[in-house]
Amino acid sequence: MSQASNRPLSPHLQVYRPQLTSILSITHRASGVFLSLGSVALACWLIAAAMGAGEYAAVNGLAAAWYGQVLLAAWSYALFYHLCNGIRHLAWDTGWGLDLRTTYVTGYAVVVVSVLLTAAAWLIALA
Amino acid sequence: MSIRSPLARARGLGSAKDGVGHWWAQRVTAVALVPLTLWFVTSLAAHVGQDHTAVMAWLSSPVVAVALVLYLAALFYHSQLGLQVVVEDYVHSESLKLVTLLVLQFANIALAAAAIFAVLSIALGAQ
Repeated sequence: MSQASNRPLSPHLQVYRPQLTSILSITHRASGVFLSLGSVALACWLIAAAMGAGEYAAVNGLAAAWYGQVLLAAWSYALFYHLCNGIRHLAWDTGWGLDLRTTYVTGYAVVVVSVLLTAAAWLIALA
Repeated sequence: MSIRSPLARARGLGSAKDGVGHWWAQRVTAVALVPLTLWFVTSLAAHVGQDHTAVMAWLSSPVVAVALVLYLAALFYHSQLGLQVVVEDYVHSESLKLVTLLVLQFANIALAAAAIFAVLSIALGAQ
């Protein structure tokens, strides 16, 4: 089994100024991991619903509490961000939009659209 | 005729030559998740705050149940593929990496199975 070597690495985080591209990229990864955690909660909610009204009410109670609402808000933003940036990734996979200017335009668009979609979802939910 | 030394070959160094399947599956599940996620989030937002009976009625509809099963399958598969690359990127200890990957794989499969079972048990009538 190969072990990690002790050879020095060239510095990267200490050297490069954060760009929109790199920040959006790591946020895509972070949102993905956060969403994976949320999928556990989703499974629990469905299982509670299948178990009965009592269990369902208990899980819904957690979701309705302030910390549940905070997590749901964070989770919904992570979802729409990952969705929008994911579409941007799929477009890149076809070869479209890889030049720097389009990358920045679509990058800003992802940030704006994901915020708008999150707001829209919460408006539907709270209406 | 490979120029890789026998020791390097035995230690598994160099290209794995295998990753396209993972890359493609990630894209296929991503494309499937775009409409499925939008449907799921808007449905969830519309049903928030409803009591157990109403939610059970919604989940009992065959169309909803099938769409939800497809959504869960795509979600947990996509999640597993994504988490796998994150672990491979950041965990450098070979043994810890192996254990983490196995735990994540089993957890995702178990969660998917439990969630799908919950949906099916609701839709097929066991209240």
